[in-house]
Amino acid sequence: MANIKLKKGFDLILNGQLTSDAITPANTSPTYAIVPDDFQGIIPRMDVKEGESVQAGAIIYHDKNHEQIKVTAPVAGVVKEVRRGERRKIEAIIIEPDGSGGQVTHDNKKDVKELLLESGLWVMMRQRPYDVVPAPDVTPRDIVVTCFDSAPLAPSLMQVLADDVRYVAPGVEALKGLTRGNVYLCFRPDEEMDVLNAEVVTVQGPHPAGNAGVQLANIKPVNKGEVVWTLDVLTLARIGKLMKTGVVDFNTVVAVTGEGVSTPRLLKANMGCSIQSLLQDDVQGMRIISGNVLTGIKVNDDEWLRAPYRHVTVIPEVAKRDEFMGWASLSPKRYSIYRLFTSWLTAGKKPASFDARIKGGERAIVRLDEYDRMLPMDIYAEFLIKAIIAGDIEKMEQLGIYEVAPEDFALAEYADTSKLELQRIVRQGLDKLRAEME
Amino acid sequence: MKFLRKYMDKIQPQFRPGGKLQKLESVYDGMESFLFTPNTTSSSGAHIHDGNDLKRTMITVVVALMPALLFAMYNIGLQHYLAIGQPETSWLTMWTFGLLAMLPVIVVSYVVGLGIEFIGAQIHHKEIQEGFLVTGILIPLIAPINTPLWMVAVATAFAVIFAKEVFGGTGMNIFNVALITRAVLFFGYPSRMSGDEAFVKTDAAFGMGAGNTVDSFSGATPLGQIATNVGDSLSLHNVVGDPITTCDAFMGTIAGSPGETSMVAILIGAAILLITGVASWRVMCSVFAGGLAMAALANVFPSPTYPASMLSPWAQLCYGGFAFAAVFMATDPVTGARTRIGQYIYGFLIGVFAILIRIYNGGYPEGAMLAVLLMNAFAPLIDHCVISFNIKRRLQRANNKQ
Repeated sequence: MANIKLKKGFDLILNGQLTSDAITPANTSPTYAIVPDDFQGIIPRMDVKEGESVQAGAIIYHDKNHEQIKVTAPVAGVVKEVRRGERRKIEAIIIEPDGSGGQVTHDNKKDVKELLLESGLWVMMRQRPYDVVPAPDVTPRDIVVTCFDSAPLAPSLMQVLADDVRYVAPGVEALKGLTRGNVYLCFRPDEEMDVLNAEVVTVQGPHPAGNAGVQLANIKPVNKGEVVWTLDVLTLARIGKLMKTGVVDFNTVVAVTGEGVSTPRLLKANMGCSIQSLLQDDVQGMRIISGNVLTGIKVNDDEWLRAPYRHVTVIPEVAKRDEFMGWASLSPKRYSIYRLFTSWLTAGKKPASFDARIKGGERAIVRLDEYDRMLPMDIYAEFLIKAIIAGDIEKMEQLGIYEVAPEDFALAEYADTSKLELQRIVRQGLDKLRAEME
Repeated sequence: MKFLRKYMDKIQPQFRPGGKLQKLESVYDGMESFLFTPNTTSSSGAHIHDGNDLKRTMITVVVALMPALLFAMYNIGLQHYLAIGQPETSWLTMWTFGLLAMLPVIVVSYVVGLGIEFIGAQIHHKEIQEGFLVTGILIPLIAPINTPLWMVAVATAFAVIFAKEVFGGTGMNIFNVALITRAVLFFGYPSRMSGDEAFVKTDAAFGMGAGNTVDSFSGATPLGQIATNVGDSLSLHNVVGDPITTCDAFMGTIAGSPGETSMVAILIGAAILLITGVASWRVMCSVFAGGLAMAALANVFPSPTYPASMLSPWAQLCYGGFAFAAVFMATDPVTGARTRIGQYIYGFLIGVFAILIRIYNGGYPEGAMLAVLLMNAFAPLIDHCVISFNIKRRLQRANNKQ
């Protein structure tokens, strides 16, 4: 068993943390939705029409390039609308539940890969390079499963997993057959458990230690030409359950957290449920994020929970309008992890209030070492970002773009004095490279 | 601050395209973002951002320069009143004299530099950036006090346009802008940059402190005296011929460029930069280490041919612009090495070259400026080498696989 100690990174502590472990049911959701943008790398081709009835687990669409990759309905009901945006891009597939509870049962004696593809669990995994849904025709070198979420306000995955922890071992057994290497399970030291066939790794250190990519980089970095799959332990348990029972569990526990929530709590809900069914407070002037504050997606209250379906954060949009000479502030409320502000003394120790303001203008990269301090990988992050901005594909490759995902740069984006949109830059770089290579 | 916000909102339409003052749009935007933290919220990626921004970072550097600036004003007065034979004058009068002497230079530097930045921002329809806040205060601190204002204006304009704007503005320049200004002055007007005339203000400032210099007056800086030293022992004296010690140089009561004389004031600035984490301690410490190493090496072989080699290593650091360059010039992150290992090499070589030039090149009594500019040019190469190790490691890893 290996132990990884990471030093780089930072644990931001926000107001609105979960206070109890109790899981209560969410309100009933009037509609459910699948948002194709959640599954990077897939070009949707619809398999159902508006008005058609579907069971939970029924195929909704498949990938244009790999027809085997299917995305399935999280709930039984009627396909109410296929919402399209510019250039007829599918923005969401909205399903109205019929309450029948009908669910597709798969033949769990079938080939594992086929089962995963057909059940819709395949799209919950990601591959390095490119941080996209894995291509089915490539055998991965290894598979890395992260068993904790280190992001701000995130729930403990092992706690959320609860009894389903018994499906971890069958999940590992299923995945083990799909790789020629190892299945790595990365735990926090106090949550570690032994699993047959898996390589157990404990990871210490601040966020982004919970990112599968960071763990992978510290176990065995992915090289050019190699493919490694990453997933979280919740998906692993779902895979295990599918193997054992033949049905996909579309239930999920959602942590509803943040300053804009009066009582942060864990809610039992269904994947793709409406945001309204999860919130009970007035969200006027608030920003609702499906996910955590670093990597999540901004959603409106008439939209839906987005993949990976486990976290919602609500923070104020603008906490202080027209802050007078904010750059000169001596107030401990101006939160910074740098020693330029008095708030540095309590940063990372006391919960603090955050809003969505950028708090400065976009600039060229000036300060030293800001990205490297937030990225525990053997990568010169700043030079990689510059290579991506310059569109220099050869340099990107040399500097290790195959090893990173946008989420790995999320903390650096938070910390960046120059306020660059690092995650968007990395995503563009990965997309460009993928278009070039495939 | 409501009335200010209202006033800014009221005058805003005039600055927008079509308005009367549309040519000043970037100035308006600059003022607005200076007065009020923008309310812009994140539209992609991370939803929360750190409270720090480039304004805060740059202002912190300006704050760190304040001890050096305030002492510079006092010292200009001190040297002046020494020179006109009134050493009994109160320190407040001396400081006021220095303030009056420096103010025009500061004003010219900021007006010319910021003016060009505003015009550049307007042409490219970009936000005004903060880089010149620091440069504008560095220039008066490193230009000899007797530099004519028009020279300051010409050199500043040249540096801002050709060393910064053509490269893309703040954060894109290859050479330190303040040092380019100094270099333009140094090579463009050599007669005004050294010798007796340059470093001590002997005439009145706005009518204050008029008087004739005493007979024993000589305005040469200690390093200037060393460069012309004859014989195998050094004797350094102040502007009226009294001997000075390294201790005087440490305190800063000697002739020299305004900001560079006082080691104490510079060290206070260094502490501010290091505590706030704005400057890289790797660079700063390596410059001193490099300087000490070179000075010690030279001091092992003292020679009357190169009189500066007779100075002790400790004295080498105190005299001239070495400490100022180490703390405020070498640590400019934009023009320096950006990898950690690179920072050590970059800093160390600056220290070595500064002392090397000072001792062994008779043409230049001081080498700090040239050393920093030289290493500015080499910083990308240093980074390239450091990174190539990372690239090689990655390649090797990939090849070992197959």
